[in-house]
Amino acid sequence: MTHAVEVRNVRRVFRTRAGMLVPDRVVRAVDGVSFTLAAGDVLGIVGESGCGKSTLARVILGLLPADEGEVLIDGRSLAAMDRRERARLIQPVFQDPYSSLNPRQRVRNIVGLPLAAQGNIPIAQQRDRVMEMLARVGISADMADRLPAQLSGGQRQRVAIARALVLRPRIVVCDEPTSALDVSVQAQILNLLAELQRDLGLTYLFISHNLAVVEHIATEVAVMYLGRFVEQAPVDALFRDPRHPYTRALLASVLTPEPGKGIPDVGLGESYPDPANIPPGCRFHPRCPLVQERCRSETPEGIVRDGRLTECLLVE
Amino acid sequence: MTPVLEAANLRVTFGTTVAAVRGVSLTVNRGETHCLVGESGCGKSVTALAVMGLLTRNAHRTADVLRFHDFDLTRLPERAVARLRGDRLAMIFQEPMTSLNPAYTIGSQMAEVLERHRGVSRAAALDRAADLLGRVGITAPGMRLGQYPHQLSGGLRQRVMISMALMCEPELLIADEPTTALDVTVQAQILRLLQTLQRELGLSLLLITHDLGIVARMADRVSVMYAGEVVESATTDALFASPTHPYTRGLLRCIPVPGSVRRGEPLGSIPGVVPRIAPDYTGCAFRDRCAHAIADCARAVPRQQAGVAHDYLCRLPSDWARAEAA
Repeated sequence: MTHAVEVRNVRRVFRTRAGMLVPDRVVRAVDGVSFTLAAGDVLGIVGESGCGKSTLARVILGLLPADEGEVLIDGRSLAAMDRRERARLIQPVFQDPYSSLNPRQRVRNIVGLPLAAQGNIPIAQQRDRVMEMLARVGISADMADRLPAQLSGGQRQRVAIARALVLRPRIVVCDEPTSALDVSVQAQILNLLAELQRDLGLTYLFISHNLAVVEHIATEVAVMYLGRFVEQAPVDALFRDPRHPYTRALLASVLTPEPGKGIPDVGLGESYPDPANIPPGCRFHPRCPLVQERCRSETPEGIVRDGRLTECLLVE
Repeated sequence: MTPVLEAANLRVTFGTTVAAVRGVSLTVNRGETHCLVGESGCGKSVTALAVMGLLTRNAHRTADVLRFHDFDLTRLPERAVARLRGDRLAMIFQEPMTSLNPAYTIGSQMAEVLERHRGVSRAAALDRAADLLGRVGITAPGMRLGQYPHQLSGGLRQRVMISMALMCEPELLIADEPTTALDVTVQAQILRLLQTLQRELGLSLLLITHDLGIVARMADRVSVMYAGEVVESATTDALFASPTHPYTRGLLRCIPVPGSVRRGEPLGSIPGVVPRIAPDYTGCAFRDRCAHAIADCARAVPRQQAGVAHDYLCRLPSDWARAEAA
């Protein structure tokens, strides 16, 4: 069976020159990620800033080459595809609709560009598909001639979604699609994304730092820490029975609107993760409240129990 | 309880086109946390800047009352306000990287506060700075004093901002989205720290946030802002137990809560967007997004009582939600 997305041991490093006589800083942004995603599923990827989730998204979109490993879309290598073909299969929705839309282009041209770039779609058909898509995401026809600056944040994100879907791709990579929006608007956009996913049978990679948002939309959740998936499980299992200490800490730090509960002690200590300086052994050990001696030297890679990935020595 | 900060009918306009704050009244009592919650553009940050006297030149501020302790901030000359700021009245901002000066060391920026307000020596000021950095959970504070802001992580920078705000032992700390730029695990640590410091120092806190989760866990009292007005104000327990303004109720329904999510079921959302409010605007600013709006809502709406120290700005009776559910 072919998967909608298959990622095989992808790695990506960034080098920054630190100066003369000083070794370069090597940031291991994505440090060996593998997963498969079936068509019609939604993989939520959660993690804190700097964990490599956006780099992973860009590699899967083909916007950034991987140093190692391979990305397969529909069983075919992403690297071997040409840009037009890739664009018909997989499309992005980014976080900030203020910077991801060209400020000098009208809405109809922004949404129409992917169609025009294909080079073989008649103009009349392009126009119809743009208007159809705009209507689908809740942008009225009279807004098609506006500039992004004349739209609200939520409307801009709707335009970005229309642009992503106008080529009818099978897979959409949403990188923090609601993080720049207000709560009341965030809910509108999440509902729209969920509805489109269901109605069009889309496959999503849904990246967010907000666990509650991920729980709402994902079928499968991966928790990313310093470039690796440290836990991956179906959404219900992950929220009911989180196994990795980091996943537990993340869940504990969600502040639900319940007065009287106070601010939780997540027990993570003061050492912040640095992707340029990944600790030996378990990469989470300096912050882990349950750390044991062997966590400092043994690497818990690829530990699977009951079909669930949990990169923690303590679950063995 | 003694009010530390008292504002009544605070208004801020920018030119003739924008009314950012439209008659805000609020009180922060000693040792209390008052949360000002609302979405972007609702005027919560402008309210804070108006209290601090940090508005831009094109802003016009009026108030019936704007009092910090015995100081009438509406009449106090700018130099006297400047003496209060950073001393008895302190503020921390959302993005610590842009509010710290990148060209000076942490130690020099922190020491300056005490040197200026208390006239102490640099050495004594640095001692106090190191002491405070330790208090906010920074290890090796002596080393940190010699570092520049870019050498610190976001969480550390925000701790530096907090300790800098505490240099002169302020009575009122205004914190504008202090954890919005931080990761969730760090956010929990910073909020715990603020709570501990508040208990130890008897600090009054005016906390500005868009996050109702933070409000629920931190606040004693809440004011919900929408389009420049406080649309509902109550104790935290009362606000979450019986939210009365349709906007407050809508906002609470929008929040996905882990563990209580039902897949396939849409989240509550509020249709439409926040309107732009000109100074001559009348009526309820929420009426275009409200399911209960009638023609009357275009006229001035009454401020009503929903309980003890619980008021809201809406024509609906206080038991409308219960009546509707029944």
